[in-house]
Amino acid sequence: MTAPVLSVRNLQVEFATRRGLLRAIDGVSFDIAKGEVLGVVGESGAGKSVTGLAVIGLIDPPGRISGGEIHISGLRIDNLPPEEMRKVRGKRIGMIFQDPLTSLNPLYRVGDQIIETIRTHTNLTEQQARKRAIDLLAEVGISAPEKRIDGYPHEFSGGMRQRVVIALALCAEPELIIADEPTTALDVSVQAQIISLIKRLGRDHGTAVMLVTHDMGVIAETCDRVAVMYAGRVAEIGPVQEVIKNPLHPYAKGLMGAIPTLAGEEKRLVQIPGSMPRLSAIPQGCSFNPRCSVAFDRCRIDRPEPLRQGTQAVACHLYDHATETAA
Amino acid sequence: MSDAALPHPAPVDAPRAAANGWLKRALASDLFYSFRRSKLTVVAAVITLLFFLLAIFAPLLSPQNPFDPAQLQLLNSRIAPLWTADGQSPFLLGTDEQGRDVLSAILYGLRVSLVVGILGVAFSGALGITLGLIAGYFGGRVDTVIMRIADVQLTFPPILIALLVNGVAKSVSGNHLDWLSMLVVLVLAIGLSFWVQYARTVRSSVMVEKNKDYVAAAQLIGLPAPVIMLRHVLPNTTGPVLVIATINLALAIITEATLSFLGSGMPETMPSLGTLIRIGNNYLFAGEWWIVAFPGIALAGLILAINLLGDWLRDALNPKLR
Amino acid sequence: MLAFTLRRAIQAIGVMIAVGIISFAMFRFAGDPVNQLVAIDASAAERASIRQSLGLDDPFIVQFGRYLFDAAQFKFGVSYQFRQPVSDLLKERMPATLELAICATILSLFFGILMGVFSALRRDSVMAKLFQMVSLIGISLPTFLIGILLIYLFSVTLGWLPSFGRGDTVRLGWWTSGLFTVSGWKALIMPSITLGLFQMTLIMRLVRAEMLEVLRTDYIRFARARGLTTRAIHFGHALRNTLIPVITVVGLQFGSVIAFSIITEQVFQWPGMGLLFVQAVQNVDIPIMAAYLIMVSLIFVTINLVVDILYTVVDPRLRATISRAA
Repeated sequence: MTAPVLSVRNLQVEFATRRGLLRAIDGVSFDIAKGEVLGVVGESGAGKSVTGLAVIGLIDPPGRISGGEIHISGLRIDNLPPEEMRKVRGKRIGMIFQDPLTSLNPLYRVGDQIIETIRTHTNLTEQQARKRAIDLLAEVGISAPEKRIDGYPHEFSGGMRQRVVIALALCAEPELIIADEPTTALDVSVQAQIISLIKRLGRDHGTAVMLVTHDMGVIAETCDRVAVMYAGRVAEIGPVQEVIKNPLHPYAKGLMGAIPTLAGEEKRLVQIPGSMPRLSAIPQGCSFNPRCSVAFDRCRIDRPEPLRQGTQAVACHLYDHATETAA
Repeated sequence: MSDAALPHPAPVDAPRAAANGWLKRALASDLFYSFRRSKLTVVAAVITLLFFLLAIFAPLLSPQNPFDPAQLQLLNSRIAPLWTADGQSPFLLGTDEQGRDVLSAILYGLRVSLVVGILGVAFSGALGITLGLIAGYFGGRVDTVIMRIADVQLTFPPILIALLVNGVAKSVSGNHLDWLSMLVVLVLAIGLSFWVQYARTVRSSVMVEKNKDYVAAAQLIGLPAPVIMLRHVLPNTTGPVLVIATINLALAIITEATLSFLGSGMPETMPSLGTLIRIGNNYLFAGEWWIVAFPGIALAGLILAINLLGDWLRDALNPKLR
Repeated sequence: MLAFTLRRAIQAIGVMIAVGIISFAMFRFAGDPVNQLVAIDASAAERASIRQSLGLDDPFIVQFGRYLFDAAQFKFGVSYQFRQPVSDLLKERMPATLELAICATILSLFFGILMGVFSALRRDSVMAKLFQMVSLIGISLPTFLIGILLIYLFSVTLGWLPSFGRGDTVRLGWWTSGLFTVSGWKALIMPSITLGLFQMTLIMRLVRAEMLEVLRTDYIRFARARGLTTRAIHFGHALRNTLIPVITVVGLQFGSVIAFSIITEQVFQWPGMGLLFVQAVQNVDIPIMAAYLIMVSLIFVTINLVVDILYTVVDPRLRATISRAA
């Protein structure tokens, strides 16, 4: 068992706003091993994307990482000086953003953007870099890459552009790829292709992948493990099959579509009542307690810490046996 | 972009969509908040107010009436400011070549500049808003014609248009314009130079608003078009129009001053700040700097203060920047 | 591409015809051409014969056609004040205005872009705040005041620079240039600063706003995620995207630089077209006013056309949409 490619420990991210300090991420921990795909799922505002941005060091003021540690293959990166962190970006961590239409600079040829990235991180000559760029385009499934390399972004369709974006993320053979909602902006028909491409590339190169999405279908199809985030915290994390079949956290249960009623019978649930709290108004104790049908007193006072339950870990007082005995 | 950029939901689209009374109240409170926060803006507002008060109460504040030739004595010409060795009471800021007290001339000139500026802005605003409403509401050929004219005119700097209007007016009148008709010509020239921005802004918001349900509803109950435009569509453009008007007030005052400086503005018997600067400029080489300096400072200060207000207003009303 | 250029050219001609109508209306109705050519005590018969010879009794459309036809050959009639063909006067004055305008534009572009980029990248630095302050003052000080201030400082007080005129000029064919003599350069300094300051302020504000906008875009964020150097991001990606809208504005502004030179030329008694125009307005010399309008419009329209075409060269997106539409 080697060290995980990505190790996030107790991460905190804060934003200074006019109305005070908002904690967008509060104590998030997880690992991703080599070749593993971790899905990060949750509602908008749960802190999925901020986590991704924090890992790659792109949290801009007024936001900042205010606590915790991030390691990539043993190297601590959350406190690197900006220039050192820049060298990590693109080289050791690649990132894919949501909207391929706006991710590429419209004024530069696709090839130039790839070559520029390759040459930033390697010592290849212009010719070598161009050859590698063509190979990369071929690898991400762009036909006639030697011709398309001189095209401008607007000459590519949305799906093709996302392939270019993926090629750009792969330029320097990074150890970790962060894909932030890579299919949300795409046509449904193209989504599956892009997802399977990311999965295949991760497997072929042994790259660790952090896949941020709100789409459980994508998670089920692609990921090895999944982290369910709620209001800036990880509610539950575990192997994808387990979490889907046997979710532990009440929120995860709601997310998976089924939740036991007090009577003990199973009933389909259309939605979780209420909505996620705003960051400025996160309730005391478990942040999910106002919406939770099984919340009890302690949930309104103590904040639950992750507890190991077999292969899963869940932040919920229901599973804390100390509570049971105390109650 | 889902949840990365903004940690809290930003009400970007809210102001436009919201009902009117609500909008006004929200804007007022936010406006006041940002106003209080910006010290520079408060200072600018105070200075602007001061200039207006000086202009209004000019007759009470000035030692003499510079527009009344009977009060001017050539004996008193070109006296240096009071604090210099050659200064004489009561001429605090000295006198010009006609024996006119510079301070009085500035106070009265301020009146002329502000009157021309405000009337010019009012005229250009009325013209632009009307044309913008018509173009946006009726669309089609009317719209095309109005907007084409606007496009063409926008490529011509206002000062050129104003000079041309001025020249034509002079020519038609045989180069004999009294001060009142000169004032009208200046207001006309400024109005015709600056209407385009209003028209464009109003037109684009009309195009947005006119497809909304409440306009359809108003049409259904049979309200005539002018009523719909004035009562329902126009209020939605208040913010941008206010910003344009503020910034244009500064521009209008500059334009008037420039025209007067170029000898195509207010006559020397009834000088505006620009006219005073033109007169003073002739005596600069003789070392009589005060004749040009003080009107210049007054003009620059006035415009700077108004521009600061306009800048702040633009930023404060722009939801993108909040 | 060709169709686009052609369409724009047709639009440009349309604008010129519109300007021609205004100019003709001024020429024909605002001033009576006969009055300017005859003595005040000329008899009615004399006047009538001149009217006849000038073709003023022809139908308007014929007169307008003749006016346009003449204007297209740069024949604008005779100046009331100078009793000289207007075209000769303009030709004589044009080099002075163009040299001044070009010099001012280069100056304002250089410093405007520099200061704009700086204040966008170092948004919170003291220098950036200073630039903002300077820009506000630049917008608030009327051009003629700046000119007067410079003259007082550098001519009256220090005596370093001449306060009026072009200095010594060199004749190159019909073009007179002040760029080949020391006194010519010295005379050019203050007018160019005066004329360029306002443009510089505009360019600086525009560059700053555009650059801040561009720095917020996804492709800049993605460029950062790719680990590109700050330099490559700021000066490769961001600056290039910033400068595209700036091109248009600068192009359009060159027209207004020429028009604004009216003021600067008046302050510095610079012997260009603007000074001629101001004198024409003061003395109600309609033929010069009409001709100046046409000449300046021609310059505007030509520049607009060039800018439009240039735009398509710089922005590949536009090139694509245009060729698709064509």
